[in-house]
Amino acid sequence: MPTVSMTVNGKAVSGQVEERTLLVQFLRENLRLTGTHVGCDTSQCGACVIHLDGIAAKSCTLLALQCEGAKITTIEGLAEPNGPLHPMQEAFRQNHGLQCGYCTPGMIMAALDIVRRNGHDLDEHTIREQLDGNICRCTGYHNIVKAIAAGAKAMKGGAPSRQAAE
Amino acid sequence: MSATGIGAAVRRKEDFRFITGQGQYTDDVTRPDEARAVFVRSPHAHAKIRNIEVSAAKTMPGVIAVLTGAELAADKIGNLICGWMIHSKDGSPMKMAPHPALTTGKVNHVGDAVAVVIAETLAQGRDAAEKVKVDYEPLPSVTDAAKAKSGPQIHEVAPKNTIYEWSLGDEKATTAAFAKAKHVTKLDIVNNRLVPNAVEPRAALAEYDAGTDQLTLWNTTQNPHVARLVIAAFVAMAPEHKLRVIAPDVGGGFGSKIFIYPEEVVCLWAARKTRRPVKWVAERSESFLTDAHGRDHVTHAELALDENGKILALRAKTIANLGAYMSTFSSSIPTYLYATLMSGQYDIPQIHCEVDAVYTNTVPVDAYRGAGRPEATFVVERLVEVAAREMKIEPAELRKRNFIKSFPHQTPVIMAYDAGDYHASLKKAMELADVKGFNKRKRESARNGKLRGIGYSTYIEACGIAPSQAVGSLGAGVGLWESAEVRVNPTGSVEVLTGSHAHGQGHETTFAQLVSERLGIPFENVSIVHGDTDKVQFGMGTYGSRSGAVGMSAIVKALDKIEAKAKKVAAFMMEAAETDIEFKDGKFTVAGTDKSVGFGDVALNAYIAHKFTGAQLEPGLKETSFYDPTNFTFPAGCHICEVEVDSETGKAEIVAWTAVDDFGTVINPMIVEGQVHGGIAQGVGQALLEGAVYDKDGQLVTGSFMDYSMPHAHDLPSFHVGLTETKSPSNPLGIKGCGEAGAIAAPAAVINAITDAIGSEQLSMPATANAVWAAMQHAPAQRQAAE
Repeated sequence: MPTVSMTVNGKAVSGQVEERTLLVQFLRENLRLTGTHVGCDTSQCGACVIHLDGIAAKSCTLLALQCEGAKITTIEGLAEPNGPLHPMQEAFRQNHGLQCGYCTPGMIMAALDIVRRNGHDLDEHTIREQLDGNICRCTGYHNIVKAIAAGAKAMKGGAPSRQAAE
Repeated sequence: MSATGIGAAVRRKEDFRFITGQGQYTDDVTRPDEARAVFVRSPHAHAKIRNIEVSAAKTMPGVIAVLTGAELAADKIGNLICGWMIHSKDGSPMKMAPHPALTTGKVNHVGDAVAVVIAETLAQGRDAAEKVKVDYEPLPSVTDAAKAKSGPQIHEVAPKNTIYEWSLGDEKATTAAFAKAKHVTKLDIVNNRLVPNAVEPRAALAEYDAGTDQLTLWNTTQNPHVARLVIAAFVAMAPEHKLRVIAPDVGGGFGSKIFIYPEEVVCLWAARKTRRPVKWVAERSESFLTDAHGRDHVTHAELALDENGKILALRAKTIANLGAYMSTFSSSIPTYLYATLMSGQYDIPQIHCEVDAVYTNTVPVDAYRGAGRPEATFVVERLVEVAAREMKIEPAELRKRNFIKSFPHQTPVIMAYDAGDYHASLKKAMELADVKGFNKRKRESARNGKLRGIGYSTYIEACGIAPSQAVGSLGAGVGLWESAEVRVNPTGSVEVLTGSHAHGQGHETTFAQLVSERLGIPFENVSIVHGDTDKVQFGMGTYGSRSGAVGMSAIVKALDKIEAKAKKVAAFMMEAAETDIEFKDGKFTVAGTDKSVGFGDVALNAYIAHKFTGAQLEPGLKETSFYDPTNFTFPAGCHICEVEVDSETGKAEIVAWTAVDDFGTVINPMIVEGQVHGGIAQGVGQALLEGAVYDKDGQLVTGSFMDYSMPHAHDLPSFHVGLTETKSPSNPLGIKGCGEAGAIAAPAAVINAITDAIGSEQLSMPATANAVWAAMQHAPAQRQAAE
């Protein structure tokens, strides 16, 4: 079985994978980072979104071997352990932007990418359009939109977290 | 109101683990030496199984076992059941066909499981499953509810694929009332089949401890104790006390995770047989083929009115598609959760509803958010809206003329509404929605080439499910009470063990708000424990918008007992008479004095037990209550939807949504609003986007998110949500429940709005651009913009 090496949440990792092993499986099963979720099999639900070299990507649609040498950030890498939450995470809590929590890691990672591409002053229409790759069944998106707008604003000050702007 | 008490928009305790990726969902749980299960499923809608060849699969790498229905039956594993008996009009019981977890002899829907591969890894399991060779002899199939009775017979016990022919109401009196009508509105309605699609797929992880002969099941269930009971008592997997069921974090349910499914049964059986923990997680396309679907009614409905638009009677005839097998609660959805709501918010003297439930070669159908009440509301609210248009009475005005105004109100369909003010919700909604300004907005839309429409849905529903004797008399096999144990610790913190189960509803927060306020202790000091049959006493679980009305009421009753005992302890501590002790804001005071002790002190003393003897009082401070509600609760309200329809493409966009709901007492308005938002989104999904479609060969064409259109953020507006409050008289807190209301109200509001915009009633759900465009071609000349 081939070996793959990458950096995940700042830590160098490697593991044995099959050619067909998906990145999400490598993260969840080899690295026991179960915050990234699988919700579909057609790359549409977004529960698996992570950051690959600073850009949002669906880990269900990447082979682990494709990520040789990459820098991966998952939801677990957003805030320091025992440290403050990332402003986007805090915004989701303040605005009740989650109910069952299953879509939430992917939603937050996607939200950060919306900010990266569209800046800190996001209007409702932009957020709704940009969430095309994320499905939530619980919230009706109303509070997710509020959370992302609030989180984007809060990030303006410069977020104290490991998630450096790339 | 304190910052963390009843009525406060407290931020949720459960959020921390979810926003940091530390939730523990069933697939996040792993057991040492875990094996994976992969099911072999029928590609045919209906076929005989001539042979199953497993030898090739068995030799594949990593395969531990390949098991079929024959072995399941040989091991005397029992069938899955439907637990609600419905009798037909002729008195005969419903025709419940056998439903083994792995079918033998015949497959009855695409996705029906015939075998399972247990392998070291998922990939090996999938590879081996492809090598299982099933020799099928395809049979003709039927998937359409309207055609079921004349289709090929699916089960021996059910000629004409008929499960029951049921009715409710006085047919003779209803017919007589129709004879007197000055106006009759008639509609043919299809309530489209939906796939619940919680974002977390269903999963099961089973483990057998041979040393103790104990089975453990981690499962995405909304009701672990019910799962345990059914699997023990009916499926006969193990005695109840030898089976532990754990529902860890569950990623949404919406009803689909209530039922007991083949997969967890097979995992338990396989775990014991192979002596390995066995895990199964649905792939999404597998979910489409196995999760209980929702809705799927075909209805002809009629409304009789007098010359003033006063409703004289309503009648409906419905064919309800229950799919290939009767799922756990399936029989009750189109009967006692549907026909009993046919009065809506209106004073209707006579109602008659007939329901025929049928088998088809489709995925089994059961409760899905609203469970029967969306179907009823759609019938009533479409009839009323169309009647208003036909009689040229303003839709809001017609409703006002018919609202129930005095309570309690006994409907002709069993339900007795306890308290409500429907006019108040309508009035507030109309103000919030600025209905007065609609015509101006309509002209503006027309200038932009859009047809603007407005639609009402004044819904009522029955939830807070349910008084046990009442549902028992209607055929339920179980009671629908709820349980709570309030466990005060010596150091004054509290655990509440609740039979309710949260899969997004925020119980860890709202239940703690209740306890914190009542006992006068910090919100942080209250933990809510749920989801584990080893930890928590028997409970019925969460569905039917019951965890506030019934689950919290159980907690209130237990808190009453806690307070009573704590007062006794306080009396001993302060050497006073028990009857002189008052409890307020966390302090026990001797009446008329300034002698007091705090809750924390009392808790410690209850356990140290130095201030009283065992003969005077038992030590400890822990009380349990099993609460049986005295009635259903009746949330009600008014939703108003505004749409713009592109006159060239038929694409409908929701441009405004107003909801004013009466949920009685609200514990956490932020959470309640979130429930309304989510419910509306699912209702809009039904109305505009979603629909499970089978082709003529019984293949599920909408078998993944590629073809089944899930609501995305850009399909929905932000919602204007308001509340009115008439407390429910039927439980101590006055709660009505809010979890399903949005899904119940929304579809009618959307379709009423679009049909208003295009001037045609010939529109079915989902109202895709194509469907709306087609309806527009049959519309009479468009209504004038300026009215």
